[in-house]
Amino acid sequence: MHPALQGLLTITSVVAVCLSYYYLSNWFLDNVFLPARGKYSNRNINLANQIRPWLFMFPALLILLVYLAYPVLETLRLSLTERHAYGDEWVGLANYAQMIKDQKFWEAVSNNMMWLAIVPALSTGFGLLAAHLTDRIGWGNAAKSIIFMPMAISFVGAAVIWKLVYDARPIDQDQIGLLNALYLFFGGDAPQTWITKPFWNNLLLMVVLIWIQTGFAMVILSAALRNIPEETIEAAILDGSNPWQLFFRIKVPQIKGTILVVWTTITITVLKVFDIVFAMTNGHWNTQVLANYMFDKLFRANDWGVGSASVMVLMLLVTPILVWNVNNARKESQ
Amino acid sequence: MNNLVGHKSSLRWAVHISVAVLVVLWLIPTLGLLVSSFRTADQISTSGWWQALVTTEQNVIMRTAKPQDQQIIDGKYVIEGMLFSSKKSPEILAWGVSSIAIDDYIPGETAKLRKGGEISLRGDGYYHMVSDKPFKGSRGTRVFVKASMPPEFTLDNYRNVLFDPANVSGMAKAFLSTLTVAIPATIIPILIAAFAAYALAWMQFPGRALLVAFIVGLLVVPLQMALIPLLKLHMQIGIGKGFLGVWLAHTGFGLPLAIYLLRNYMVGLPKDIIENSRIDGATDFQIFMKIILPLSFPALAAFSIFQFLWTWNDLLVAKVFLFDSSGQTVVMTAKLVELLGSKGGNWEILATSAFVSIVVPLIVFFTLQKYLVRGLLTGSVK
Repeated sequence: MHPALQGLLTITSVVAVCLSYYYLSNWFLDNVFLPARGKYSNRNINLANQIRPWLFMFPALLILLVYLAYPVLETLRLSLTERHAYGDEWVGLANYAQMIKDQKFWEAVSNNMMWLAIVPALSTGFGLLAAHLTDRIGWGNAAKSIIFMPMAISFVGAAVIWKLVYDARPIDQDQIGLLNALYLFFGGDAPQTWITKPFWNNLLLMVVLIWIQTGFAMVILSAALRNIPEETIEAAILDGSNPWQLFFRIKVPQIKGTILVVWTTITITVLKVFDIVFAMTNGHWNTQVLANYMFDKLFRANDWGVGSASVMVLMLLVTPILVWNVNNARKESQ
Repeated sequence: MNNLVGHKSSLRWAVHISVAVLVVLWLIPTLGLLVSSFRTADQISTSGWWQALVTTEQNVIMRTAKPQDQQIIDGKYVIEGMLFSSKKSPEILAWGVSSIAIDDYIPGETAKLRKGGEISLRGDGYYHMVSDKPFKGSRGTRVFVKASMPPEFTLDNYRNVLFDPANVSGMAKAFLSTLTVAIPATIIPILIAAFAAYALAWMQFPGRALLVAFIVGLLVVPLQMALIPLLKLHMQIGIGKGFLGVWLAHTGFGLPLAIYLLRNYMVGLPKDIIENSRIDGATDFQIFMKIILPLSFPALAAFSIFQFLWTWNDLLVAKVFLFDSSGQTVVMTAKLVELLGSKGGNWEILATSAFVSIVVPLIVFFTLQKYLVRGLLTGSVK
């Protein structure tokens, strides 16, 4: 059968199965299992109302447990075992020890740290700048659309787009990559193969993610800027503050919370960055990052132990953000 | 406000210019690829895409027809034809037959050929080679041309990538695969999440706050965690590496955000309506279907856009959970990575394929931007 047709069939049947599950389980609860009639009608209604939420949540919870919660534990277990033909062998921390001795791992960690230091800061910074500036001009919304647009482009698509920018041709030919054309125009001596030049290539890969994430930061920060009470701004203007003071002393402090949210959201994206590196350099020329290192170990070296250990490192790095998020959510609901 | 702050006109200009610079910086990389996808392989590899937009003076090397095409006219051997195959022919400013002197002649002049015979070239690219002896060799004669090239674009790349059955890049098939992955992977999680979100927003039961916290926690769990354990599970229960596996995986990875977004939105719905219908005897199922779902349309739309963009653009999940040795189920992102590796130099195929994969998300983005922005705001500003 054609996969598209199969897809259509699956959609309809899954939707039908889901809806009938919710409908029938409800009906069963109210009419057969705990009917709201007879001697126990009141008790039944109360009981049914206590069970119903779980009926509504059951499919979601089941999928969350199988697809997210269980893998965390299973990955932890895999990181402590070695795979053999006869079965898994418990090896304690041997995988971690092996990983720590791997020079590629440290390259990935230090690159990841560099990504973490640069990408969230610049994306948030550019986003704030764009949000602040576009809110003050007539064609601001059109400008916003353009800056926001890379959000819709896949990391792989972005990698192709930027690879053309970074392209290098021999010196006796016309350059087709914008970066080299500019480099030569401004007095560079010879075209550079940028993505094979350590250190610079890392920055150039980061540019791709900054280009994508700035729009996200801009949209959220622009909403936050517009929510600032007018009185605080008017008061500052009457007191004679200049535009710089107005921005840095009055506006930015009032949206500190939102800036933090944007920063952490981009931080998580950065930690998981995989596609860009995979498509542009595949971790060569000193550009390895954790997510790609993990992919290498899991699917090329077929080493599930070390691969899982590196995923645990990733998990460890997001844990502070996880705890912070959960705490915030609990504070809010109280 | 603006007249208070922006009374300095120099400052206003600075704002306009800064925004213009940002917009240009953000647009140019994509524009480069778009322009390139409408150029021929020759054009892409000999000049920058920015030169394609205006008439430019360029030095190009062309070849005449091969000696095997020569005719005998009045006892002389003749090869003639047009240098440029395109309809909009460039205007030739100067030309030559040797790489040391590429602009020795002007159009209309005749040059002596090193191997005997002579060639004349008109401004429109028509050439006429004549010799007493037959032309030899397997390749045509090189002609160096300095010409002003008008902008010229072609749809051939798209025709080739999408419709040519012999095409190696197989983008049309990959397009269908991506579509087959993305649509169910968008619809299934919405349905499941909506019911759960309703329960978490409007039903009273012990442990509700804890569950919300659990879901917030799952929001940031890296999906890399799930790859090996789930792949093992899929293999064990017989799902294998097919579309069903990808749909389920995307559903799992999308659910936390879906539940979180929808719950945040549903909590804000007016309490009166829901309480009143409860009093009027509506069951939870009816309230959900008749009141909550229609009212939550903006949040449902926002999440569908997120999930659609995410599943359409995803590489990792598809690479791990969808594999078929015959290559029937390769998605577009995976195909692009393959092309980047094997055809790193074939920019006409690469640029066009990339655009084919980008165009659907861009359409979704520009038509439904309003919902996307609203969704982002419910999702992260708290």
